[in-house]
Amino acid sequence: MATPGPPLWLLAELTYRCPLHCAFCYNPIDFADGKQELSTEEWLRVLREARALGSVQCGFSGGEPMLRADLERLVGEAHRLGYYTNLLTSGVGLDERRMAALRTSGLDHIQLSFQDSTREVNDFLSSTRTFDLKRKVAASIKRHGYPMVLNVVIHRLNVDHVDRIIAMAVELGAEYLELANAQYYAWAHRNREHLLPSREQLQRADAVVEDWRRRSGEAMRIYHVVPDYYEARPKRCMNGWGNVFLTVTPDGTALPCHTARMLPGLAFPNVRDGSLREIWYASEGFNRYRGDGWMKEPCRSCPEKTLDLGGCRCQAYLLAGDPAAADPVCTRSPERARVDAAIERAQQPDDGRPPSQPLVFRTPKASRALAGG
Amino acid sequence: MPRITRHYRLQWEAVQDCHVLLYPEGMVKLNRSAAEILLRCDGTRTVAAIVAELEQAFDTGGLRSEVEDFLGHARHQRWIDA
Repeated sequence: MATPGPPLWLLAELTYRCPLHCAFCYNPIDFADGKQELSTEEWLRVLREARALGSVQCGFSGGEPMLRADLERLVGEAHRLGYYTNLLTSGVGLDERRMAALRTSGLDHIQLSFQDSTREVNDFLSSTRTFDLKRKVAASIKRHGYPMVLNVVIHRLNVDHVDRIIAMAVELGAEYLELANAQYYAWAHRNREHLLPSREQLQRADAVVEDWRRRSGEAMRIYHVVPDYYEARPKRCMNGWGNVFLTVTPDGTALPCHTARMLPGLAFPNVRDGSLREIWYASEGFNRYRGDGWMKEPCRSCPEKTLDLGGCRCQAYLLAGDPAAADPVCTRSPERARVDAAIERAQQPDDGRPPSQPLVFRTPKASRALAGG
Repeated sequence: MPRITRHYRLQWEAVQDCHVLLYPEGMVKLNRSAAEILLRCDGTRTVAAIVAELEQAFDTGGLRSEVEDFLGHARHQRWIDA
């Protein structure tokens, strides 16, 4: 196996604490397991070691990273080290004082999440009253001269509002709009019946995006990501396992992607126990699915294996029960029927298919209940 | 007078042994000639001045069309404005 390149992307998940309770959150179901968050000094070491390995993009995420009182200090150090620094936030806690302090610390960019273009759906899906606050934060981001990415997770309950979401992003002055369809891991997987849109909904949304691009050109750039389930081939997940992407979770677990902690039979290293260099180049957790030596059929002999690298290991585990299987999104996977069944169900109108379980919001209480059961 | 777009940053990356252009959540690796051109896109030099400088630095001539092609591409990608 060739020596992997550097971990160009460092995602620092500073905390799992979050004022929002989004039903599609990708944080692990058992996020409330009470493990201790890394200290300021430990995060500073992570930033230095990753930068020395070649990390150049640093995302401060969570949970809600604004809940860390040392965020400004970490951003300042990341900036000093030469990272391009990105803050991924719900906006809660990003008041004028901290906005100015982050600017001074050298923060390069803010990605602000919205759940919808309407107060009702935004506040329902996040199980908070945050819509008006987010609009104020967006105005403040622009006032302070940051580039702004609006990120809206798209699913069955808001996909029909894509036209209004685009209009809102234009009005708020966003440079980029990410219409990121929910992918079905963690809380979104748990709530899939409620969230997976129908094919017709997706086609309408796609037509709206295309129409807007035709009329408005490149003034605001829209990234529109469809759910894997509606593809015939899997995505090249994380651009390859342990290839460019390094996540460090709040308790210091190092992962090749932000959902990989769910995979069984793999011990992921912790930054408290060793250097990032050992973790990135020599740990079992990062080496297991590098390259293609781990592949089984139908991937092993597939002419497209170097394009998609077998897809997503987490999706393989969630849908086929085996992290080394082909991603069941692939129509060549023997487990594709599971994806088709989920899609089939999503085509029926809501009143024709009472959900088998209620929508579960991402709360510490629900986390403990689900992890315990 | 072309200038790197606000919010984009050009920097040398020793680990990758090349210049890169950084922007929100993204990175472009630059080859030598792209980097040499972009390093001069600071809003104070005209395209003609950039061409002249490069021709002098690399002791060659006839770079105008190559530089203009690249700047057209860079403008389209929004790496530079003006």
